[in-house]
Amino acid sequence: MATRLPHVDVVLVGFGWTASILAQELTDEGLNVLAIERGSFRDTVPDFATTQIQDELRYAVRNELFEEPERETLTFRNSMDQTALPMRHLGSFKPAAGAGGAGVHWNGQNWRFLPTDFVTRSHTEQRYGKNFIPAGMTIQDWGITYDDLEPFYDRFEYLCGISGQAGNVNGEIQAGGNPFEGPRKRGFPLPPLKRSYGTVLFDKAAKEVGYKPFPCPAANTSEAYKNIYGVQMGQCTFCGFCEWFGCGNYSKSSPQTTVFPVLLKKDNFKLRTHASVTKVLLDNTGKRATGVVYVDLQGREYEQPADLVILTAFAQHNVHLMLLSGIGKPYDPVKNEGVVGRNYAYQITSSVDVFLNDVVNPFMGAGALGQAIDEFNGDNFDHGPEKFIGGGYIALWTTGGRPILQHHLPKDAPKWGSGWKKAMKDNYLRTVSLATHGSVMSYRDAYLDLDPTYRDVYGNPLLRLTFDFHDNEHRMSNFLTDKAQGIAKAMKAREIHANPRKGHYTIVPYQTTHNTGGAAMGTDPRTSAVNRYLQSWDVPNVFVVGSCAFPQNAGYNPTGTVGALAYWTAHALRTQYLKKPGPLVSA
Amino acid sequence: MNTRTRISIAVGIALVAGSMTIAPTLLARESSHAELARGEYLVKAGDCAACHTNEDGQPFAGGFPVPTPFGTIYSTNITPDPETGIGHWTSDDFYKAMHSGIAPGGRHLYPAFPYPWYTKLSRNDVDAIRAYLATLKPVHQANKPPEMPWPFSDRAVMAGWNALYFKEGTFQSNPQKSAQWNLGAYLVEGLGHCGACHSPKNFAGAPEHDKAYHGGYGENWYATSLASDLRDGLGQWSEQDIVQYLKTGANKRAAAFGAMAEVVHDSTQYLDDDDLHAIAVYLKDLPAKSTTPNANPPVDGTTTERATTTNAAPANVNGDRFARGRGHYLDQCAGCHMDNGEGIAGVFPPLKGNNVVQASDPETVVHIILTGAKTAVTDKNPTGLAMPAFDWKLDNQQVADLVTYLRNAWGNRAGAVDASKVADTRRTIVAARTK
Repeated sequence: MATRLPHVDVVLVGFGWTASILAQELTDEGLNVLAIERGSFRDTVPDFATTQIQDELRYAVRNELFEEPERETLTFRNSMDQTALPMRHLGSFKPAAGAGGAGVHWNGQNWRFLPTDFVTRSHTEQRYGKNFIPAGMTIQDWGITYDDLEPFYDRFEYLCGISGQAGNVNGEIQAGGNPFEGPRKRGFPLPPLKRSYGTVLFDKAAKEVGYKPFPCPAANTSEAYKNIYGVQMGQCTFCGFCEWFGCGNYSKSSPQTTVFPVLLKKDNFKLRTHASVTKVLLDNTGKRATGVVYVDLQGREYEQPADLVILTAFAQHNVHLMLLSGIGKPYDPVKNEGVVGRNYAYQITSSVDVFLNDVVNPFMGAGALGQAIDEFNGDNFDHGPEKFIGGGYIALWTTGGRPILQHHLPKDAPKWGSGWKKAMKDNYLRTVSLATHGSVMSYRDAYLDLDPTYRDVYGNPLLRLTFDFHDNEHRMSNFLTDKAQGIAKAMKAREIHANPRKGHYTIVPYQTTHNTGGAAMGTDPRTSAVNRYLQSWDVPNVFVVGSCAFPQNAGYNPTGTVGALAYWTAHALRTQYLKKPGPLVSA
Repeated sequence: MNTRTRISIAVGIALVAGSMTIAPTLLARESSHAELARGEYLVKAGDCAACHTNEDGQPFAGGFPVPTPFGTIYSTNITPDPETGIGHWTSDDFYKAMHSGIAPGGRHLYPAFPYPWYTKLSRNDVDAIRAYLATLKPVHQANKPPEMPWPFSDRAVMAGWNALYFKEGTFQSNPQKSAQWNLGAYLVEGLGHCGACHSPKNFAGAPEHDKAYHGGYGENWYATSLASDLRDGLGQWSEQDIVQYLKTGANKRAAAFGAMAEVVHDSTQYLDDDDLHAIAVYLKDLPAKSTTPNANPPVDGTTTERATTTNAAPANVNGDRFARGRGHYLDQCAGCHMDNGEGIAGVFPPLKGNNVVQASDPETVVHIILTGAKTAVTDKNPTGLAMPAFDWKLDNQQVADLVTYLRNAWGNRAGAVDASKVADTRRTIVAARTK
């Protein structure tokens, strides 16, 4: 029997980026807000202190900051005719557990999506015709435009103190920036990071090939910064330990370094850690949430009543909770009905290792220190002759030169022994790698539902992921990989080693934690789980915030858009919903 | 809500009234809003909550352990609860406690309660404080007896202590000085009780008045000298530097941490700029403790270049130690405090020219390296940037070499530090932690 706790105005499920933003904005409205987090509380000092955070074995190999698959995981299969099996070790993606969520361990690669990314279906149909979209591809428009989201992209960038070079301010193309980006109202809060030698070589080579390279927007501060809430950040020291690590220098944007100092001292905000939400409670009409149930580490169950429930967990966890709670109609790929679990998508990546004669000192890096080209992202080029939809950026990132996982060896290098050591010595300081980062469209047979066999520690069915790369994505990724090789050749390499993405999607090797969809936003309740304000069509006092709202995935890292959506939702709550609770869009 | 009535009004009255005595009965009246607001402000200025509100305790209900060299004293309940608090005290009782250190029934208070400073307060101000405390929520919480060995457990001992070291008396203005200086003196010498930490104490725990503000110990920190020496003191600080430090917790020269971070958080950030300026004027007028304060002046100004020319080991420091210390500095510290010791403006404090680093007693800089610290959290600077602990990472010799380097790099000059000093500090901190 669950213990019933005192009522709060708002309960947030999960305490990462989106929850921190919503909590900060809604407590400013005077609401009593409670965030419930399954992991621990963590802060810069002592948890990510510079004295101990640069420990690759502990964090990057042994996964200290992530969720534990022993407690919660999902099952996976490539196609509907297979039996899904549980992911027993973290592989292809690594969701976080603990305060700050994945905002703690990200690299800080912070992008805006292109204006055309928000209207993928209508734009594709208009430019290339309806028949250009292959059968089974279920891409759709977002229900909002880039212009709708621009002020909220801006707010997130000024929350984080993004370092970058604007490419388009109010329609004016800016030298040195990304000429393909959507128009922004003003430049970045901080100038770009200092260049690494690798990015200088990339810049030169890309220009020789005829592209317009630009510094990637970085949530690593190029200078000290005071953000929109008065929170101070230091200046990145290029220690090269961003991804999989917390930042000990107050120089990578995270909930800890941008929101916590002001949020955690508010009387009307509370955080409850080591508490796993297992269900959103609905009243007997099924159209109103009354709160949530959570379980603590001792297995005790609590009922937390609330007027407003906001799901702010990692993308697939939000979807899982909707399915377990009966919020929205579960997606059925056979009947092609239902919405919850529909339009799951991912990212398709490849790389080209470039072995140089010059020393590039890869260990001096930052998670988002990179130079990129955007000629082949979104619809920045004519897809007609290529016969695929989507694209991605090509970048040279200098994220670091960690000894275990961040080294590159030529194809013929020995795999062990003194020969391996010699190859390592010869190549460690003289290698860079180009990354391609491609979009993944949504398909009728790529989705999330509840697994019929396997259960988690709470006795609930695991989420089941059915996903594979489709021909469209492989052709697009191969196209990007070819273009990347063209740049690599211009870098006067002594050897080039391309690693294209081949064959079926596999959940084993790490690729990226850019899982999207499953609770898509949109304008039609038959094809979207939430409306354009991320409000459940079916239970209007439930909002579902995160990359689960992406109807398909664009060719960029998702966090910038996730942050913008959190501010977009917060704005809708503050200016519309709280004045008149109820559906913000009539179905 | 947060009315911040200026203390200047109160002091103005006190100064004008001078030695005039007004019968207490004439002051007995309903407390006005202005008096309550002033009382609230004065309670902040006196940082009463620092001791009288325990961690996770009810406001002003006491129970906070105050370590002294003579044993542990627990702060008392000053809420208006009639049984366990001070609800039954008359205003004369309260004044006698504040002014003379004597509680109802003739019970002597220990000077961990800063009556040697509060004695300077005007009767009006004491009454305003009491009026505000009377509005608090009464909390029924019995006081904890002090844990002190005989003879200190006998409160009568304090009569002797008072006779030797306590000078009772309301603040007397100095007609040679400006009204602003006098206001600053009233705040620093009275409610602010700055000397409780910043002045050296004798064997009996009494401040040494001839060395007032030359630096002293408080809560396992060495509170730096506030005298006007250029290195070990506030000689380089401008009035505005002092005001900014007390208001926001940091300025371009330093950031508050440790016990001072709490003082800024609980108290000084709420003071009016006029009062803070008065404090600054008074502090800037303190004489230097060195008889030759201008000898060996520090290198002034900041450079953005690597300070290689000023970074050779000075004559008083062994070159090998200096080099080892520099190695530790580059490995452990330079990421935030920068190679040139100048920190990052507004974020990480500079160590170059820093008065804590160059203090005559290196206790605080050793302490902060061992335990880490968090900067003051204020309305203006909400972040609370933290430095991690190095106690598990650097041994005593490494810390000693590092501190010796800090105290002599970039034009800094101060005595070398031995590993035995670090060992002492380490023991004190461990002892305080395990208490």
